[in-house]
Amino acid sequence: MKKLILYLPLLLLLACGQQASDNSAVTASAPVGGGQSNVKDDTSKPDVVRVAVNSNVHKTLVAALQAADYVDALSNAGPFTVFAPTDDAFAKLPASTVENLVKPENKATLQHILEYHVYVGNIREEQIRDGMTLNQVNLDNVTLNVSADGKITINGANVLGSVSASNGTVYVIDTVLLPPDKK
Amino acid sequence: MKNILNRIILMLGLLSVLYAMESCKPKGPAAVTTGDAASKVYVAPGQYDEFYNFVSGGFNGQMAVYGLPSGRLFRNIPVFSVNPESGYGYSEETKPMLNTSHGFIPWDDLHHPALSTTKGEHDGRWLFGNANNTPRVGRIDLTTFRTVEIIELPNSGGNHSSPFITENTEYVVAGTRFSVPMGENRDVPISSYKENFKGSISFIKVNPETGRMNIEFQLRTPGFNYDLSRAGKGPSHGWFFFSCYNTEQAHTLLEVNASRNDKDFIMAVNWKKAEEYLAQGKGRKEKAQYAHNVYDERTHTATSTMMNEVTVLDVMEFPDIVYFIPCPKSPHGCDVDPSGEFIVGSGKLAAVMPVFSFGKIQTAITNKDFEGDFGGIPVIKYESALHGEVKKPGLGPLHTEFDANGNAYTSFFVSSEIVKWNVKTLEVLDRVPTYYSIGHLCVPGGPTAKPHGKYVIAYNKITKDRYLPTGPELTQSAQLYSIDGDKMQLLLDFPTIGEPHYAEALPASLIKDKSVKIYKIEENEHPFAAKGEKMARVERKGNEVHVYMTAIRSHLTPDNIEGVRVGDDVYFHVTNLEQDWDVPHGFAIKGATNAEILIMPGETQTLKYKPLKAGVIPFYCTDFCSALHQEMSGYLRVSPAGSNTPLKFSTGDTGGQK
Repeated sequence: MKKLILYLPLLLLLACGQQASDNSAVTASAPVGGGQSNVKDDTSKPDVVRVAVNSNVHKTLVAALQAADYVDALSNAGPFTVFAPTDDAFAKLPASTVENLVKPENKATLQHILEYHVYVGNIREEQIRDGMTLNQVNLDNVTLNVSADGKITINGANVLGSVSASNGTVYVIDTVLLPPDKK
Repeated sequence: MKNILNRIILMLGLLSVLYAMESCKPKGPAAVTTGDAASKVYVAPGQYDEFYNFVSGGFNGQMAVYGLPSGRLFRNIPVFSVNPESGYGYSEETKPMLNTSHGFIPWDDLHHPALSTTKGEHDGRWLFGNANNTPRVGRIDLTTFRTVEIIELPNSGGNHSSPFITENTEYVVAGTRFSVPMGENRDVPISSYKENFKGSISFIKVNPETGRMNIEFQLRTPGFNYDLSRAGKGPSHGWFFFSCYNTEQAHTLLEVNASRNDKDFIMAVNWKKAEEYLAQGKGRKEKAQYAHNVYDERTHTATSTMMNEVTVLDVMEFPDIVYFIPCPKSPHGCDVDPSGEFIVGSGKLAAVMPVFSFGKIQTAITNKDFEGDFGGIPVIKYESALHGEVKKPGLGPLHTEFDANGNAYTSFFVSSEIVKWNVKTLEVLDRVPTYYSIGHLCVPGGPTAKPHGKYVIAYNKITKDRYLPTGPELTQSAQLYSIDGDKMQLLLDFPTIGEPHYAEALPASLIKDKSVKIYKIEENEHPFAAKGEKMARVERKGNEVHVYMTAIRSHLTPDNIEGVRVGDDVYFHVTNLEQDWDVPHGFAIKGATNAEILIMPGETQTLKYKPLKAGVIPFYCTDFCSALHQEMSGYLRVSPAGSNTPLKFSTGDTGGQK
């Protein structure tokens, strides 16, 4: 049961794309809409959204991206550097944080937090230097550090690995990044 | 903890079920359009469109002309690229149009059209376009839809910030995208960027009667990338606003290194002040080589003149010409609203859009309300120049156009949408998706003091699954939306030629009745024109053979030519004797290594041909002109080099055969 629930967002995401392309095939007169995430393409290298969707540890992130209406945006040409907190990272947040964030009335806050995880530009692992700052989509800076043994952290969160996507790079991180409070 | 997580995930799952269902529904056909879209774009056969839409062709170096609302393509005007279809850049008459200080250049990258204005409104006279690669500005005459002038821009590394025009088309500006070393010694290490690289903004004066361009002066500016620009109008007439990025002055991996600063600049230029300094003789003459190419409609021939000097004002020496306004982050579009009071900066990496007030900028300058300076140039405090910010309008704002009701329409590349907002209140009013990845957008008259409104057109960079696939290379597209109501409504998708960047549209009524139908044969001053079949002839000058040929339905005169030898340079000067609307003739000859030529009624055009083998070579008319078009042909006899076959030409001479 739990598994099914976990996969629901994914299934529906795909189902939605399917529906859009079916429409275009059968109804000649009705225009078709639907963002780039609906493009049916099993050949191209996956984009950052599909990397997250295909991951087993990013269910919460994918659901949050949907709630924030950012699935299509991140399916765009980019380039993006996405710091992708795992489900465990979200689970570390205080109780009911995520629960509240995905409520429609908190969409702007959720967007702000997710934007703090995205940089417009593709920073590949070999380009990361100790102390490098990136100005994220929400206009706040994050700081990247590289330890002597080559381990990368972002604002202290550990980078667990990286995945090269067609429109950027996804860094898997173990902690959700919270933007600095604006006074 | 685990239980809470499960609950959250369960809830997220359910939410996304709802969300996904919700997101499927409105994105289906019903939400995208209403049932009357077809009737709104349907232009019945034989009826005219309401607007001309001039759409840049990007890497095809051409300008495409569409009708709106139908999206029908009328013409593709070659500007900076050769066009074998018409012979532009291949005929002897048009080759000089593509001459530069680097020699003949057959291609460029045309990004931005700009329609001439009087008092800030479209006047339907000329259409300017920029060459982004080898810096040039071209001018198209809107009576002939032909490129009639191209001026090269010295001291420019790439002409992106161009061509933007002042209220009365006093000037066309051209800002360099790439800063480059200036002055005598340009062979410097790339790493000396901060020290040696400079920007340059050319002010091209436009003759108000003839449209003729000349570089009146250039501003030498700090070494940034100058991206886009708009002139002030109304109260801000006399000023120009340029978006600048790479204020980091990076020279490598700009993707990372030019995106470090939280804010770059909008550069405000007081060009009336620059004119004052020039009048006082403070401009510095500098040596510079650049081509100025002009097409003369009387001789049907272009001439290229190499110029050798420009007047330069270094803004570091005249700090009251230029002011910087901080603008987040790598601003791309820099657009002035119809009132001339508001300047919209679109930081392409920012999630906020500042709108600056011209009045506040003036007050800040008067009060010296500066946060510092950049290389001696005052930087106005952001808050002091700011009318307000459009908060969270979308992702990746690029360009803004306006309607006549105080609304702005901004394109968002990353979030693939057009967002409508109110310029005064900065309130977001509506948003529509584009399919996909919009670059520029166009409201008819959108950049002028008097927008015509009605539509906004999105020019998309990516289409993926929107059309039948054509292999890896897909069409780019335009999408037409109605803006008559409170909500924008998608009406039509249509594919475009090349890559559309910016586009402008004006009411057809402004130009359609001025369109030239024919060139009068008696006004043809081409030195090789044959203004009647009796003047058709062939002349030899050394190894040059000049064929004074005429074309009229349905024969070429002469159509039998002998006495040409291998190694000769044969010039076919073809005059179209027709004086009838829409009856061009064409000329092509087997083995020609250039192209065909099209000759409009009353015009003369020349194709150069160099025969390499002896034999009899057919030539013919390429433009289907009459029921006997297939008969409109002839033969050229080519004899070996050094042969003494006499020069002979005729039409209708059967040589005694019956």
